[in-house]
Amino acid sequence: MFAVENGLQGDPRLQAISDAIRVIPHFPKTGIMFQDITTLLLDPVAFKHVVDIFVDRYKHMNISLVAGVEARGFIFGPPIALAIGAKFIPLRKPGKLPGRVISEEYELEYGNDRLEMSVEAVKSHERALVIDDLVATGGTLSASINLLERAGAEVVECACVVGLPKFKGHCKLKGKPLYVLVEPSQLDEVTF
Amino acid sequence: MQSIVSSHHLCLAPPSPVLRQRLLCHRIPSIRLPSHRSTTSLGLFTCAAVSRESEMAAAAKEDGQDLRIPKIASSIRVIPDFPKPGIMFQDITTLLLDTEAFKDTIDIFVERYKGKGISVVAGVEARGFIFGPPIALAIGAKFVPMRKPKKLPGKVISEEYSLEYGTDKIEMHVGAVEPGERAIIIDDLIATGGTLAAAIRLLERVGVKIVECACVIELPELKGREKLGEAPLFILVTSDAA
Repeated sequence: MFAVENGLQGDPRLQAISDAIRVIPHFPKTGIMFQDITTLLLDPVAFKHVVDIFVDRYKHMNISLVAGVEARGFIFGPPIALAIGAKFIPLRKPGKLPGRVISEEYELEYGNDRLEMSVEAVKSHERALVIDDLVATGGTLSASINLLERAGAEVVECACVVGLPKFKGHCKLKGKPLYVLVEPSQLDEVTF
Repeated sequence: MQSIVSSHHLCLAPPSPVLRQRLLCHRIPSIRLPSHRSTTSLGLFTCAAVSRESEMAAAAKEDGQDLRIPKIASSIRVIPDFPKPGIMFQDITTLLLDTEAFKDTIDIFVERYKGKGISVVAGVEARGFIFGPPIALAIGAKFVPMRKPKKLPGKVISEEYSLEYGTDKIEMHVGAVEPGERAIIIDDLIATGGTLAAAIRLLERVGVKIVECACVIELPELKGREKLGEAPLFILVTSDAA
């Protein structure tokens, strides 16, 4: 579900967020129009809009855990977690987290990858939010949901700044709702 | 220890009898803030305490006892022999699970850097991405991620640095920062200082002034501070490397 479908139709913050995202064609390979959120982070006003919109949505949902996917989920997750009084849990590439971890494999276009989570970070029945910058196939988010559920948490929603248009409506990932701020930006002549 | 504090001072505590510290005070000329803000003229004093032999994080005790610091320190978990035997890994993920400790950590940095004309918070991948953005948002600065090679999609500049065996590189987007901007660099921990030194060089190459490097944890035995040149270092907690 996109923000515009859920009460934020016409909200100028969404346009500001969209405008602040830069498109890099053919990265990491030919045909991909990469949504570069680093330009959003250079615009303190637009970056704050992103955090404010998510915080407004989640602050009364009794969420005690925000899980962010390495690495860009680490940028958006903590400000939200801090504002709503939740814990932040990094979901990481293999071998990075110390202590006892559980891991979940997921598919890439070619081959597989793995995501890990610290098993002691989660208490049973905690209500969790998963954050990443962008959702395309949903593979990473699905792996994240699996990790949290295996540890006994209840995933309330997955949230992303950018999402492909196919996630409109009441699209779910592994039965969990998805909340997205904007569709992918288009290439224009403004670059730096 | 008394501290000299006003809203425009970054002065740290005067030297204690035990620690040898050199206090450098220099006046920063008035600057023009980046174009999307109103033009304001700021005359700032910045004092940097450079501790050559620190037993304790003197920087963190600048206001007498900051009671938040022991709580932050105790929320950090030490994992022995990770990622390899002999290393005592400083695990900040437990700090992130302690909502009060995490908030206090950010608050201490924000209190230090707010209103100082800092327009850039640079965070080193990946744990610098956790601490940098909340600080940037609170002080109204840009967040600039400094990344491992080939992660940033646009045109980049890169800086090489030494590892125990071999070298690595960090990268930053061209155009992310402008000459004359004032920056702080954030990471969770400083060990040998190689990564931070590379980050400093990268920013200075494009004309940015490093106001300070800020880390949650320092491993002073590894003498990372010595690699930072003129850039001061502010830390909350010190720990043994092994």
